[in-house]
Amino acid sequence: MRGLQVSLNQTQKIRLQRSLEKLESLSSKTNRNASVTVADTIPVNYEDGVLKGHGTSELDGEVVATLCGVVERVNKLVYVRALRARYKPEIGDIIVGRVIEVAPKRWRLEINFSQDAVLMLSSMNLPDGIQRRRTALDELNMRSIFEENDVICAEVRGFQHDGSLHLQARSQKYGKLERGQLLTVPPYLVKRRKLHFHHIEQYGIDLILGCNGFIWVGEHVGAKDDMVVDQSSKSEQEDVKSTTYPTSLEEQERTYTPLETRQNICRTANAVRVLSTLGFKGEAEQRSLKKKKG
Amino acid sequence: MYPCFNFSSAVFEMGNTKVIAAVYGPREVRCEYSMANFSTGDRMRKPKGDRRSTEISLVIRQTMEACILTHLMPRSQIDIFVQVLQADGGTRSACINAATLALADAGIPMRDLVTSCSAGYLNSTALLDLNYVEDSAGGPDVTVGILPKSDKVTLLQMDAKLPMDTFENVMQLAIEGCKAVATYIREVLLENTKQLEYRRGV
Repeated sequence: MRGLQVSLNQTQKIRLQRSLEKLESLSSKTNRNASVTVADTIPVNYEDGVLKGHGTSELDGEVVATLCGVVERVNKLVYVRALRARYKPEIGDIIVGRVIEVAPKRWRLEINFSQDAVLMLSSMNLPDGIQRRRTALDELNMRSIFEENDVICAEVRGFQHDGSLHLQARSQKYGKLERGQLLTVPPYLVKRRKLHFHHIEQYGIDLILGCNGFIWVGEHVGAKDDMVVDQSSKSEQEDVKSTTYPTSLEEQERTYTPLETRQNICRTANAVRVLSTLGFKGEAEQRSLKKKKG
Repeated sequence: MYPCFNFSSAVFEMGNTKVIAAVYGPREVRCEYSMANFSTGDRMRKPKGDRRSTEISLVIRQTMEACILTHLMPRSQIDIFVQVLQADGGTRSACINAATLALADAGIPMRDLVTSCSAGYLNSTALLDLNYVEDSAGGPDVTVGILPKSDKVTLLQMDAKLPMDTFENVMQLAIEGCKAVATYIREVLLENTKQLEYRRGV
């Protein structure tokens, strides 16, 4: 934490110091000094029948950590929860990722995992919202849905037999994210919760905390069903007056983000950046609190 | 160790030698097939061409491969970039120590922390961690890398001849040096882990 470069004024420094001390005293109460580093022996009280989980291995009959982290015990299972490791997906996690490749029938996404994730064309809702078989035509039109470098929100579907990670986006809340900022924080700072989509009403912005440590701060998007209707009616209009001038103006209006919203996006994003640089866990309540202070 | 999000880095100083290491990954293998691709950017005392850095990167790569549990990360690669910022002898061992520190910080599963130290023999005395002046005196220079937990040697380099009994002394000294480095690295890592954990909150 030495590389911290946040300029604070005196009161902010004192407040930070106080909260750090408070956190330390809290954690020393609850934590039984469970931190280990690589090759530390993990003391096991009952020698027989210990299940060795992630981040552990056996050496000369002792359980030894292979990661730096915190020892967790669940009944007989002993594992090490790594802190600054890459994201480890679990089924049902909501993640934010970036498309890096459009491949046959699938998109490849960078999600801060040791491999790229795969989003199959068949495991996402088409923009027209109709459930049907995906045809070759749909495959050809894949770039009209997501292109390279688009930011997408999706859900972890599971691992395939070959170890690759598959995603799905079968709901209206998933899909392309536009008009906002993508932030990356260490994944251990994002806690798995029931709610990962936050709409901060007073600022008119959306905050999506991806479990993989990618955080999206963007303009609030209303119910997407309306958009679908909008688009279809718009396309009809476009068919009618495709060569006339007003269409482009209309288009501009649709993609226009008010200055105030943009400022709010930036402020929220900066708050997230500061929190993650300080190594604080990201939770929506904390975020809104911090913003009020700032 | 410095916080950064898509890679881990560490600065390691041994006397006047200062090395920075960055670890990227494990990440998807994009266009080339290789289990681990290590490289060294080295600001050299003498511009000897690329051969020296190729050799050192090979050494670091082999030493690190011995301790990384690669079978846990299929189809991915780890990149280690090591840059010598200040060289005063023992750059090789400093590079290995910096790389170990960065790997441990990156949360890459490892069998043990590899630590390395050099030792030499001058004026009928064994010397630990030679600096530039001692190194350029032309005496034998032994670089040793060990796994301190299991007492296994993963690296041993010597470019001179030494009598057997002298070598044993020098080797013993180097191993002790490695263990001292290991103790220090362990302390730093533990302190860092604790900091991260308590800042994360309950």
